[in-house]
Amino acid sequence: MSSDARPRGLRDHQLDDAAGAEALERTWRTPSGWRGFFTTVDHKIIGRRYIVTAFIFLALGGILGLVMRLQLAWPEARYLDPDLYNQIFTMHGSNMMFLFAVPVMEAMGVYLVPLMVGTRNIAFPRLNAFSYWIYLAGGLLLWISFALGMAPDVGWFAYVPLSGPQYGAGKRADIWAQMITFTELSALAVAVEIVVTVLKQRAPGMSLDRMPLFVWTMLVTAFVIILAMPAIMIASTSLILDRLVGTHFFNPAEGGDVLLWQHLFWFFGHPEVYIIFLPAVGMISTILATFSRRPVFGYEPMVLALVGTALLAFGLWVHHMFTTGLPRVAEGFFTASSMAIAVPSGLQIFCWIVTLWYGRPVYRTPLLYVLAFFFTFIIGGMTGVMVASVPLDTQLHDTYFVVAHFHYVLIGGAVFPLLGAVHYWFPKITGRMPSERLGRWSVALTFIGFNLTFFPMHLLGLQGMTRRIYTYQAEMGWGGLNLFVSLSALVLAAGFLVFFVNLGRAARHGEPAGDNPWGAPTLEWATASPPPPYNFAMIPVVRSAHPLWDDEEVLPVASGLRVDRRELLVTRVTDARPEARESSPRNSIWPFWSAVATTIMLISSIFTPWAVVWGAVPIAIALTFWFWPRGMPEEES
Amino acid sequence: MKQRIVLDLTELTPNAMGSASLTWWGTLAFMLIEGTGFVMMIAVYLYLASLAPAWPPDSPPPDLGPGLWVTLILLVSVVPNILVSRWAGRGDLRRVRIGLVIMTLLGAVALVPRIYEFPAMHVMWDSNAYGSVVWTLLGLHTTHILTDLMDTVVLCALMFTRRGDNPRRFGDVQDNALYWNFVVLAWLPILACLYGVPRQ
Repeated sequence: MSSDARPRGLRDHQLDDAAGAEALERTWRTPSGWRGFFTTVDHKIIGRRYIVTAFIFLALGGILGLVMRLQLAWPEARYLDPDLYNQIFTMHGSNMMFLFAVPVMEAMGVYLVPLMVGTRNIAFPRLNAFSYWIYLAGGLLLWISFALGMAPDVGWFAYVPLSGPQYGAGKRADIWAQMITFTELSALAVAVEIVVTVLKQRAPGMSLDRMPLFVWTMLVTAFVIILAMPAIMIASTSLILDRLVGTHFFNPAEGGDVLLWQHLFWFFGHPEVYIIFLPAVGMISTILATFSRRPVFGYEPMVLALVGTALLAFGLWVHHMFTTGLPRVAEGFFTASSMAIAVPSGLQIFCWIVTLWYGRPVYRTPLLYVLAFFFTFIIGGMTGVMVASVPLDTQLHDTYFVVAHFHYVLIGGAVFPLLGAVHYWFPKITGRMPSERLGRWSVALTFIGFNLTFFPMHLLGLQGMTRRIYTYQAEMGWGGLNLFVSLSALVLAAGFLVFFVNLGRAARHGEPAGDNPWGAPTLEWATASPPPPYNFAMIPVVRSAHPLWDDEEVLPVASGLRVDRRELLVTRVTDARPEARESSPRNSIWPFWSAVATTIMLISSIFTPWAVVWGAVPIAIALTFWFWPRGMPEEES
Repeated sequence: MKQRIVLDLTELTPNAMGSASLTWWGTLAFMLIEGTGFVMMIAVYLYLASLAPAWPPDSPPPDLGPGLWVTLILLVSVVPNILVSRWAGRGDLRRVRIGLVIMTLLGAVALVPRIYEFPAMHVMWDSNAYGSVVWTLLGLHTTHILTDLMDTVVLCALMFTRRGDNPRRFGDVQDNALYWNFVVLAWLPILACLYGVPRQ
């Protein structure tokens, strides 16, 4: 080890700036080549990988959407047979929810949270590496099964009995259920990392009421993940057990219940919407503050609204089940709670409008995406209040009205802010500026294309067109609107294409960004773009909620951390007073091998229950190697 | 940006213990995940029970014997568990080693009556929904005992190597003890559910 040649325990203030940076670089860097690729635990490299992978899944899912629009453009089209159509809409939904939306939001947190709280790596960085490989394996499982013509065909919520042993022949539903296990495992791992990073690794002085709103949203989201995802893991495991070893959880003939599936699925599935939406709230708040040149209006109400939304999110799930014949009291209660969640959401919207109103808005691409969000999300929110009413929901359930509603909420509410956020943080991640001209084109095309594609679906739903049908007769009279929707989808796709082209070009030829091109107030902009492997040469000290606006020239910092081992600062949960210097794990190949072992076990257990027994052995071995100490300086104390 | 040093961390402890350590918080977070899992599974049990005309549908309630033995062993194990955690806090390597050997043995011994607990339910997993949920609840908890037992075995082996005498490892021992307390505590509502509800 080269570091052994130098004196042990060397501190940052004992070196000048250049020597300090060099020593930190040597300690924290990821080796180049394949070794670095498989062993890295740097949250920035893993976060970037997560984001890129999620966007590849977005593009693939988008292509499936276009294929469906081709099939539906004309009455009685014959491009896809019913079986392939079933696979494609299941793939589209499952892919977008489990492989794109949730992972991409967490990925933004993986990249940004450590930088925004002023620390050097995420908590449990090896778990972070493991979570990425598991996520990738889950994605490959789903897409390879699709390529082999054995993709799930039971819809993204896989209702029993359709997905049960009686009707779901073959391994299709098992592949869906096990893909859930993969993605939830990785999501839960990241949630734990984010909770601990936010609670224990904040820069000194960053008390809870000085935390950036994006960090708040990621913290709240992580807790929602922790409390919601066990429900779906239990659901998918019970489904696999029913299919593989003959349990009867969902079999009414033997005392099981099909509605149990719906309860378990939606107890997770509704919070899932907020797992996707809450990080977007943080992105919007961040972008609005920077481009309005003022802090977001009403910091405390915003945080309370976040927590309120998260709590209410667990009391809404039954509104997905209004047509299943539940007791009237339950319907009344869940209608009320579904409408109640509009209150914290409305509060946030008004705080944002006031921020813009009192600010000096600079209309750059990220802010334009936020404006696109306002318009679209408010429509989605209002149709949400509409379908919260039982009589109307009974009429519209399983029609294109619902398809329109949730695309307005998810694309308008989460994807537009996400695209804005990617534009906003792209200079930090790559060190280069995206083109403003292409950026404006992408906003215009996605915004117009989206509304032209999805607004008519409300009308189609009102006219009685049900979702998930692979074709329709000319006499239904839906042909004109469907053709219009399909053509508009091309505009939307063009918007995404411009977005990808813009970022692809900028990554190579964009103007150098500098540390803080937008004049933003949060800590990630206090370091270089892209940030060095150790994030900050010295840990920043925070005195307000917008540290870089306090003093644009000089950053107050803390000294005294070692540079010859990976060291970061642990602070108290509430007031972020320094508690300890803590080491952070080095690169390791074992998270990768642990993920490989877990993948072998999980996929084999689709075919034989004994895989759980023999598959546990390599996992235990890999985990032991992962945790076994090797006498590195990180273990000194 | 230029930097100005305003805070000196030189004297700060280089190793966070107890609630200052990251792994302590990580363990809590995993306990919250798994605790939620247990709660959901118990909810499934109660949901299915609420639908059934009779519970258990067509078998006698489970025999209490093996379940009570498991409970007894788990409750007794809490004493050495707390002691080993305390010794780890003091950095007493010799006692920690003895404590971990005892904890390994107790974890393994708890599995013996657990083997007999499955047949004591008087129902197979594929007989009916009652059998399915009972076996899954027991299986879920058994997985937790097994996982923590594995963890204890590896930690025990580690403490007998030259890398054992390190505050970091003592911290690991404390976190492992914390997790075992959770495994014991989580068993009590499951016990009440599996043996109490069928006798209502």
